[in-house]
Amino acid sequence: MVSETKTSTFVDDICSIPGGEGIKICIQCGTCTASCPNADKMDHTPSELIAMVRAGMKKEVLSSNAMWYCLSCYMCTVRCPRGIHQTGLMHAFESLSIKEGLVHTKTLTPTMYRLFNHYCSLGNLPELWFMMRFYLTTNPLRAWRMIPIAFGLLKRGRLSTKSRKLTPAGSNQLQAILKKAESLGGAK
Amino acid sequence: MKYYTYFPGCSCSSEGGAKAYDWSTQAVSKVLGFELKELDDWNCCGSTPSGSVDELGAFCLAARDLALAEKNGLDMVTPCSACYVIFNRTNTYLKQYPKLKAQVDEALAAGQLKYNGTVRVRHNLDILVNDIGYDAIKEKVKKPLTGLKIAPYYGCQVVRPGFGFDHPEKPQSLEKLIDSLGGEATAFPLKTRCCGGSLIISEEDIALDLTCKLLESASSNGADCIITVCPLCQTNLDAYQSSVNKKFKTNYKLPVFFFTQLMGLAFGLTEKELGIKKSIVSAEKVLAKYT
Repeated sequence: MVSETKTSTFVDDICSIPGGEGIKICIQCGTCTASCPNADKMDHTPSELIAMVRAGMKKEVLSSNAMWYCLSCYMCTVRCPRGIHQTGLMHAFESLSIKEGLVHTKTLTPTMYRLFNHYCSLGNLPELWFMMRFYLTTNPLRAWRMIPIAFGLLKRGRLSTKSRKLTPAGSNQLQAILKKAESLGGAK
Repeated sequence: MKYYTYFPGCSCSSEGGAKAYDWSTQAVSKVLGFELKELDDWNCCGSTPSGSVDELGAFCLAARDLALAEKNGLDMVTPCSACYVIFNRTNTYLKQYPKLKAQVDEALAAGQLKYNGTVRVRHNLDILVNDIGYDAIKEKVKKPLTGLKIAPYYGCQVVRPGFGFDHPEKPQSLEKLIDSLGGEATAFPLKTRCCGGSLIISEEDIALDLTCKLLESASSNGADCIITVCPLCQTNLDAYQSSVNKKFKTNYKLPVFFFTQLMGLAFGLTEKELGIKKSIVSAEKVLAKYT
């Protein structure tokens, strides 16, 4: 008996992600691209990305800069005549691109998102430390340029040097949940 | 007395940058006779970035808060548009995708929690205009905002992708609210366009372009000030207004209020309890005749 193994294709992978199933019903009308405030900054427009996924161009899609310019404004999603969750697709491309190590290197957004997620998973976002760490690791010159804005916020008590903490029990609970989630792999 | 579970989110927490939004939200709720009970020991909702890095982890962050809130049996209110979208998205996805729900359930069980999907998550603006209502708000007005021209800025996530209470592109809640406070809502064609969101940190130039367009749209329609419903929109429009002026050689001096701050002023509350001076762009001139 000959065993037959079916290799899943990129489009199947995307379809299996919650919110990704709509990719097969896109009619390439371009409404998402026309609605996107940042489409002109992207190396591939939102509708192009969908066509590329369907053409199996995994590497090109996941190394694109497009999803990192997505603002999550959901204009594409509410306007899509086929009801595709285009914003959700962008998020899926982002997390897959991190997982596959194909992150576009010329935008700082992935670094910012990772750092943000690191603090979120501790339970709370300490705004001052998050900003400082981001600027110092990516572009110390910008940290310098940010001083007037940071000072204005600090003076008005809007950039706290302390961060809110969960109770020890709450923190342990959150870590146990996230550890379990990590062991379960990606969202299916 | 009506009660809600209150989820301030990081920005409106005691250590966050939008304390004025929290203060004014609480102050306005007291005048209108409802109580916001802060969720005990809540964690960050994950916002947009978490879902972009680790989808399952992000759903679990939000689900822990929802599971804690479910024990109270009340609607959960948040003043933050990002928290609002994240929790509603989590609720929708957990209902729609049984496999995802099974994974989230398993993770929550590791923390001895269970979530049955019953918490209704609402934005502050929704409960004020729909549960309390324009008439009840109007009744409490002591100092009408007569003559104040206000640009109603919704931003993105309070109306999109659309969890409910107003139109995703042409909402009217804020205009009607301004009307009941005695103020004048200006035309604001870009009222549901993006302010640049968190890209202000990683791609400042791109975000400043978007913020500039909003300031231009508000200003050219004669606004004295802008009101917002979101901590991040307020920060971009207010704290980065000087950066816009520098980059585009403009001279905007538009105060950017949380909508609850203007409600409080119309109710006769003091600037101090509403945190009016926490804004970077001074509101002094614009408010001179109301305080």
